[in-house]
Amino acid sequence: MADTTASAPPSAGLAESLDRLRRSSEFVVIPLLALVASAILFGLFLLAVGKNPLTFYSLVWTGGFGTAFSWQNTLVRASPLILTALCVAIPARLGMTVIGGEGALVLGGFAAAVSAIPLVGVLPPVVVIPVMAVSAVIAGGLWIGFVGFLRHYRGINETISSLLLTYIAYSILNFFVEGALRDPSDPNKPSTMPIGPDYMIGSIPGTSVHWGLVAGLVCAAATWVLMNRTTFGFAARITGGNVRAAMAQGLPVGRLIVISTALAGAFAGLAGFFEVGAIHGKANASLIAGYGFTGILVSFLARHNPLAIVPVAIFLGGLAAAGGLVQRRMGLPDATVLVLQGLMFVVLLVSETLYGRFSIFKARGT
Amino acid sequence: MDDVGLSTVLLAMLAGAIRVSTPFLFVSLGECLTEKSGRINLGLEGTMVFGAMAGYAISYETGNPWLGVLVAGFSGTLFGALHGVICGLRLVNDIAIGIALMLFGRGLAFFFGKDYIQPVAPRLPAIEFGWWASDPNLAKALEINPLFLIGIALAIAMWWAFRSTRVGLIVRTTGDSAPAALALGIDVKLVRLLATAAGGFLAGVGGAFLSLFYPGSWTEGLSSGQGLMAVALVIFARWNPLACFGAALLFGAAGALGPALQSIGITRGYHFFNAAPYAMTLVIMILSISPKRSLKGAPGELSITK
Repeated sequence: MADTTASAPPSAGLAESLDRLRRSSEFVVIPLLALVASAILFGLFLLAVGKNPLTFYSLVWTGGFGTAFSWQNTLVRASPLILTALCVAIPARLGMTVIGGEGALVLGGFAAAVSAIPLVGVLPPVVVIPVMAVSAVIAGGLWIGFVGFLRHYRGINETISSLLLTYIAYSILNFFVEGALRDPSDPNKPSTMPIGPDYMIGSIPGTSVHWGLVAGLVCAAATWVLMNRTTFGFAARITGGNVRAAMAQGLPVGRLIVISTALAGAFAGLAGFFEVGAIHGKANASLIAGYGFTGILVSFLARHNPLAIVPVAIFLGGLAAAGGLVQRRMGLPDATVLVLQGLMFVVLLVSETLYGRFSIFKARGT
Repeated sequence: MDDVGLSTVLLAMLAGAIRVSTPFLFVSLGECLTEKSGRINLGLEGTMVFGAMAGYAISYETGNPWLGVLVAGFSGTLFGALHGVICGLRLVNDIAIGIALMLFGRGLAFFFGKDYIQPVAPRLPAIEFGWWASDPNLAKALEINPLFLIGIALAIAMWWAFRSTRVGLIVRTTGDSAPAALALGIDVKLVRLLATAAGGFLAGVGGAFLSLFYPGSWTEGLSSGQGLMAVALVIFARWNPLACFGAALLFGAAGALGPALQSIGITRGYHFFNAAPYAMTLVIMILSISPKRSLKGAPGELSITK
């Protein structure tokens, strides 16, 4: 305790940065503690249903991170999680809880497929693929931007509206996929026409991981820069801190909210583009995979920090990737991962109450 | 020909309004009670799904569907109490914890419900009010579950209790202004905890209706957001239990429109009709909320309308 202050610090600068490090470590230590606590609680849950928690965790390790193959599987699942988590993290900076990333992902994927179908075979992939990406981004951006618009100009709670819009998005997808846009040659699962292998996005060379991962990393980094190093981000944070103060400062609060939510939705739409363009090759109900909802957890675990989202998304992607292995080897239902995710989310939110409680993280005068 | 089609659709919507509205009614009364105390519980979706699973499982294991309803209610109370306790902690946001409990409840329901997807459990009986009708469709439409009637009685009782009992006054004061409640010597946290737990009970019962009466089996896609719609439904009903009943009927009828049209061969807009309750909720919110004023009748402490 007293040793840092007692022994003469080599320089005031070093002591100060150590102090800063200690204070900011609170935001790493508490979520980590929450993760450990939820792992223990989940272990007890497994014991209660007669399964061995150690087997479970070792299988999660093998299935998620143990081999090159499982790593690739993990990263494929992490990439939409990074993008849908950004869809939560950006509005969170403005003090909004948007949970409709799932709907933006679904519509983004749908828009990508729809815009590609008339162009396939007419124009080369170099043209069509960007068109798909742009359509997805626009669809997602308009969808969540509308949520921001309603919040600011109509006073409608963004959590509720974004959730309602998610169910509407599901219906739009199902309506077209089972109706006007259904591929008649596929009797098994209602889908749009396939875009064809030539028009699909390939993998990063040497891996089976598609380019969505790179896009996710770039988007996360760009968001961090935007939110922490630009006047836009500064204004957004002021708005998140206190809307009235922001308005009194003459900040264009409405525009900030709409642009931020549109950007957030654009990222989720992009995730949908990669799901269609790199994995499914067509739009169908497989797009409704819950990435949007897991993205909420990712963003909260990362405390809405765009850079922290990346490792958290990889961690949860690994958990999801290991789900199948756990299911086969331990005879557990596929919802096991869902239970663990839910438990982690609950424990994490409970841990929020611990902030500022430990003197070890407090600033100390030298 | 057209007449037959129209009467079939109207009958199906009537039947739908009666059947589909019951879970809406219970979960929205639960949400109404919670919101009246100044807190919002988005986790009722998870509570409903878990209640549906628990009710079905208990009914299958014991052969008594009413025991299933009771257990579903008590499991809902546990979820509500968990929400209530966690929200009582400092710095914890009630909307976020609701989302978390929604995911957790669904996860647990799917985990334990895996074994109950196939078996057939005894279902809740219906009272046949349609014995006088010659039209079999009408008779079918008037098969009413006792829970529907209990729900109506409950809505009236809650409306009366909020208006003219001491307990109702305590809940309303807590929801309108925590400082005022404190000044009256009310334990704000305790009132909210109890209101959330009781709300969870009702949501659990609503879930049990889904698996034990209509549609009447346990599947993972059983409740597609009905618990969430309850939040909007309560706003739509302006925090009035009697209006919750009307709104639940309306939502039930809207939800029944798609299947009703399908039954007479109109299948085109099926998925849009599925989305009707969600779209309707959104439109109603857009029309009735304005940034200048908070909603009439809204509890003052409620985070979503502040």
